[in-house]
Amino acid sequence: MPLSWIVLGLLAFAMAGFFLGRARATRAVQGDARKLHSLPFYYGAHVFLMTFVSAFGLLVFWMAAQPSVIGWWIGAGLEGEPGAITLQLSEIKRGAAQLLETGTSPYDAASVVGAGAVRYAGMVQAGHLFMVVAVVLVALGGFFVSLRQVSGEFRARNSVEASVRGLLIGASLIAILTTVGIFLALIFNTIEFFRIYPASQFLFGTVWQPSSGGGAMQPLGLLPLLWGTLFISAIALAVAVPIGLFAAIYLAEYATPRFRNTVKPLLEVLAGIPSIVYGLFALLTVGPMLLKVFGSGGLGWMQGASSVMTAGLVMGIMLIPFVSSLSDDIINAVPQALRDGSYGLGATRSETIRQVVLPAALPGIVGAIILAASRAIGETMLVVFGAGAAGRLSANPFEAMTTVTAKIVSQLTGDSDFTQPEVLVAYALGTTLFLVTLGLNLLAQKIVAKYREQYT
Amino acid sequence: MFDAKISETTVTQNDIKIAARKVQVYYGEAHAIKDVSVDILDKTVTAFIGPSGCGKSTFLRCINRMNDTIPICRVEGDILLDGEDIYDKRVDPVNLRARVGMVFQKPNPFPKSIYDNVAYGPRIHGLARTKADLDEIVERALRRGAIWEEVKDRLHQPGTGLSGGQQQRLCIARAVATEPEVLLMDEPCSALDPIATAQVEELIDELRQSYSVVIVTHSMQQAARVSQKTAFFHLGNLVEYGDTEQIFTNPVDPRTESYITGRIG
Ligand SMILES: Nc1ncnc2c1ncn2[C@@H]1O[C@H](COP(=O)(O)OP(=O)(O)O)[C@@H](O)[C@H]1O
Ligand SMILES: [Mg+2]
Repeated sequence: MPLSWIVLGLLAFAMAGFFLGRARATRAVQGDARKLHSLPFYYGAHVFLMTFVSAFGLLVFWMAAQPSVIGWWIGAGLEGEPGAITLQLSEIKRGAAQLLETGTSPYDAASVVGAGAVRYAGMVQAGHLFMVVAVVLVALGGFFVSLRQVSGEFRARNSVEASVRGLLIGASLIAILTTVGIFLALIFNTIEFFRIYPASQFLFGTVWQPSSGGGAMQPLGLLPLLWGTLFISAIALAVAVPIGLFAAIYLAEYATPRFRNTVKPLLEVLAGIPSIVYGLFALLTVGPMLLKVFGSGGLGWMQGASSVMTAGLVMGIMLIPFVSSLSDDIINAVPQALRDGSYGLGATRSETIRQVVLPAALPGIVGAIILAASRAIGETMLVVFGAGAAGRLSANPFEAMTTVTAKIVSQLTGDSDFTQPEVLVAYALGTTLFLVTLGLNLLAQKIVAKYREQYT
Repeated sequence: MFDAKISETTVTQNDIKIAARKVQVYYGEAHAIKDVSVDILDKTVTAFIGPSGCGKSTFLRCINRMNDTIPICRVEGDILLDGEDIYDKRVDPVNLRARVGMVFQKPNPFPKSIYDNVAYGPRIHGLARTKADLDEIVERALRRGAIWEEVKDRLHQPGTGLSGGQQQRLCIARAVATEPEVLLMDEPCSALDPIATAQVEELIDELRQSYSVVIVTHSMQQAARVSQKTAFFHLGNLVEYGDTEQIFTNPVDPRTESYITGRIG
């Protein structure tokens, strides 16, 4: 039975439960709803939740657990080294999948893999059958138990509310657990990388020159990439922070409400443009323009259109709406009473802004800048297009360099062999990025929290 | 202010600090102050009383042109400070506000140190030539604000860390530091406990020695305690204005009587 049918059937059954539960509650009090503890709706909802959620939860759990249980079962029967077993198992899985889909196995049924595939496919089918039976039983159980509970005194509202809270907890758990999972995957693969590649060579190496099959000897130095990332981010912030901040001050303090109400949503639209669009802009417009001035025809500092300056400028432009929109909110949150106090002492508008509003908003603005910085550091598509591909340690902003993010992309594209350091290094780079942006975000949060304390 | 002297001086002009003539205030279409004329005396505490929304704050804010900061607000009529029209084009509202200080309903210390809060006005207006000058101005203002003893050892800690009553006295000190001629106070005690209120009231009585003080209050007792003159506002009109004692013991207008005996408002 296909999955969608099971889910639809469950839903229909639970809906029927809803109406039955509601009707039963009304009947229990001879139609006088005032005698019920809760509104009739809650009795129906109680039956619905008990039927659907329990069965659906089992379904999800079963489907998540079944592959690993079967894999473990089959794997236990195989012989050989751990690595070889893993390899055999993945072939068995592939064979079983084809067998289930087309009815014919790509492997000889007499071979170990072929026999395994047949067994595997059989277990999958049996598991599926068991699952359907179990789900139906649970649904029926939930249905009858909850329906029997329905009576005038039953506190259906409380029970429904408890289930709702359970759902909310479940959702937040999923959010937290996936984050933890991603983090663990990063960490384990990074450890794996450091097992086959010396950590000091990665952390302090000044040359980035991966070569396929180069092993532990190839130079995979983090510093040139980190330097490129920081250099580009610094240029981007140097562009975005003053312009964004001044724009925010104008919007919040000088502009008429009508102007502000038109421009603010526009800025927010700008902030939502995907970065690859900015990347195209960097590659096709800004790069060639810079080349005209600073290239061999002009000052001669620039070799090609890709450079730290190209990527930094365009990233700065990309971040302007981000900085100005956030700063505008923060400046607006400064209490009007402070401005009045300053005007009341005979201060002009610009004195008030410089000496009262901005100092009061400063922690929030610093928070906004740090958030912008962590976006700049994590930006990928734009630097892939605008910055270049070669890792380089240089102080000339017109040279092409590359960043941590761009190299994660290039190390993982194409045929990747996840036992080689030049591929696994992507995880170490990812962990580096993760730690840098995590640190920045924590810092921003701390500063913003401090800012909140002042006015509550 | 401009230097032109107004020629027609009357005998009582010396005593009149602020003269308002036929003042109208509109918020967009809403007519918030209707034809108010009043003479406010120098070295006197004048109380504005009246039910909420009758326009006390609005009228108070006309006197230092704080209403200029509200885009939809429009003021008509004349307000003279020492005989000079403060709504004249040649008057810079910023300079005016240095002469007519204001204390607000809710204490609003800047997120700066206590010292910098008080030094804010003097710095902006260049009142101190040296650091020692400024120190002296700050100390004098804090003493007049009756808060010097409490803060003299923590001048460089944030003003926002003080208690509500201390913050309000700091704001008063901040306002007197620019040596204003008139001090406007909009319900300065409404956020304070009785002890802090008593301190502020005592302070107001002292400030009367040097300034003309105008105070908006919701408390009849407070008006009776601190003021010599009282003005009663109702629905944007100035209903009655006279000696505080007379207003409270023998009001002329029936509306005033209803209000002070608690029947309207
Ligand atoms: N900023 C403003 N915008 C529009 N209307 C206002 C504004 N401030 C006050 N008003 C209106 O003006 C009237 C007088 O208000 P206000 O002077 O604050 O009264 P009071 O201080 O006596 O309680 C009220 O009707 C109020 O709604
Ligand atoms: Mg008021």
